[in-house]
Amino acid sequence: MNDTLHLAENLVYKRPKTLINVAMHYCPGCGHSTTHKILCEVIDELNIQSEVIGVAPVGCSVIAYDYLNIDMQEAAHGRASAVATGIKRVLPEKLVFSYQGDGDLAAIGTAETLHTCNRGENILIIFINNAIYGMTGGQMAPTTLENMKSTTTPFGRNVRKMGYPIKMTDLVATLPGTYYVTRQSVHTPANVRKTKAAIKKAFEYQRLDRGTCFIEVVSNCPSNWKMTPVDSNKWLVENMLPFYSLGDLKVPSKEEN
Amino acid sequence: MGELKLMKGNEAIAEAAIRAGADAYFGYPITPQSEVLEYLANEAEKRTGMVILQAESEVAAINMVYGAGGTGKKVMTTSSSPGISLMQEGLSYIACAEIPCLLVNVVRGGPGLGTIQPGQSDYLQATKGGGHGDYKLLVLAPNSIQEMVDFVKEGFDLAFKYRNPVLILTDGVLGQMMEKVELFDQIPRSKEIPSWATVGKPPNRERNILTSLNLQPELMEKHNEHLQAKYREIEKNEIRVETINCEGADYIFTSFGLTSRICIKAAQLAKEKGIKIGIIRPITVYPFPYETYAKYADKVKGFFDVEMNAGQMLEDVKLGVLGKAPIKFHGRMGGMVPTPDEVFHVFEEKFLGGKE
Repeated sequence: MNDTLHLAENLVYKRPKTLINVAMHYCPGCGHSTTHKILCEVIDELNIQSEVIGVAPVGCSVIAYDYLNIDMQEAAHGRASAVATGIKRVLPEKLVFSYQGDGDLAAIGTAETLHTCNRGENILIIFINNAIYGMTGGQMAPTTLENMKSTTTPFGRNVRKMGYPIKMTDLVATLPGTYYVTRQSVHTPANVRKTKAAIKKAFEYQRLDRGTCFIEVVSNCPSNWKMTPVDSNKWLVENMLPFYSLGDLKVPSKEEN
Repeated sequence: MGELKLMKGNEAIAEAAIRAGADAYFGYPITPQSEVLEYLANEAEKRTGMVILQAESEVAAINMVYGAGGTGKKVMTTSSSPGISLMQEGLSYIACAEIPCLLVNVVRGGPGLGTIQPGQSDYLQATKGGGHGDYKLLVLAPNSIQEMVDFVKEGFDLAFKYRNPVLILTDGVLGQMMEKVELFDQIPRSKEIPSWATVGKPPNRERNILTSLNLQPELMEKHNEHLQAKYREIEKNEIRVETINCEGADYIFTSFGLTSRICIKAAQLAKEKGIKIGIIRPITVYPFPYETYAKYADKVKGFFDVEMNAGQMLEDVKLGVLGKAPIKFHGRMGGMVPTPDEVFHVFEEKFLGGKE
């Protein structure tokens, strides 16, 4: 069975069963659609559609529930991890994830994010970081890079006036409540596969009740970065990745697994 | 007959929550209601397995209520005025997504940080929406600790009946004072899963989505119309009001919650002087018993409305009386509680031209 699936994955492109067959509202080339797809692939491969409950708060991915064929709750801006906490506490046997952007998770929802991780809520937090507010049209995000232009930093982000880009993933990795913390991307097929493997691992850890799993996906925003998708990926490599370096920040020790 | 106990209001709420078979409580400490969380932390899990979680803020607490309530469980939170203000965003989302839940506001005097003494100054926030958008909470206003206990149980039933948040609007006096209560027997926690609950999509049903968003205005208007139809249904079915001696009364005293008990005492003082006073006490303050006021509006010489605020329920009383009788108001603010003597003397001044 596994061999067949493996073979099929290598030979034929297929829409994952859990991904609903509708046109997405995401801009062409946006990392959201890729991340949705691999999330659905993981749900299919682990056969957990009936166990998963997702939370999508305000941001570009607020209507993720239009694309994912699973039970979902939409949350207020910044509150996804609190909502996910509520779900998980009353349904500890289910698999719960939140899917949040940088403005949501790292600005308005910072308190909820840190405290959810600090309590070690046994959920998966997927954090899409494209260093900009996409849905509202390209304003500065907490993760906007130094000197990076946005509609509210038209001359570039002056960190002395507007603060520094915040590395939430590094922050949550220091908390004892987190179990698995990693920063990945979806800008190349190789990176897509790594991100998918991380999501899969995170759901497997959640089954073991080990604490919060936190996956940052360094992503792009062609529309608001005002670039073609290809250029945006190039820009991501040249500007985002030197600051938001990819890799695991916290992995379970061997004895634990 | 149920178990009789002498209980503090806040602890009675907590005890009633356990007995009502509540599945979860999410809250944040704030005076004068922290005993609810303390009592639950001590009692709940060991007795029924109820989930108790102290959140990092009221903002987080109400969103935990959203998440847990969205799984179809019996979920509640309690707070006091400043904390309830912080919950308004979440309540608007909860009302729109139609997630049943129970809230208690042990009101203290405001505005701002105000005082930790009792108040009734959250009436308008409680009954007219509170957060953004057109929505309503179903609001019960107890005037005794017995009613607080009973309303916890009934509040959950109403919340599920209408898929709507229910608020118990009480105050710092009722939260802190002790009274004899008769407790209802333990109700087992329910295993039923409502059809709309997000619990993981089985192969044999469509996915469940709980959301307050619809980017298509035509559809969002439809949803608003659905909510409004539900509120009309609530207004038709759920009005509760207590009237005392209103038939043949000269004047009617009216107030909700704690002040109604003060008015009942003041009415006795009036009776000693030969003045016949009736009492109208709205038990649900939304839906409001306008018709009860209309019924007596052309039969009495006037209405005397007493509240621990600047005249918030007064607006609804006026809508009930519709100008058919004079209405006078007496309010105390900032944590002050009127006495029965005071209420009677102000009544004398306002309606009878002072003491004889």
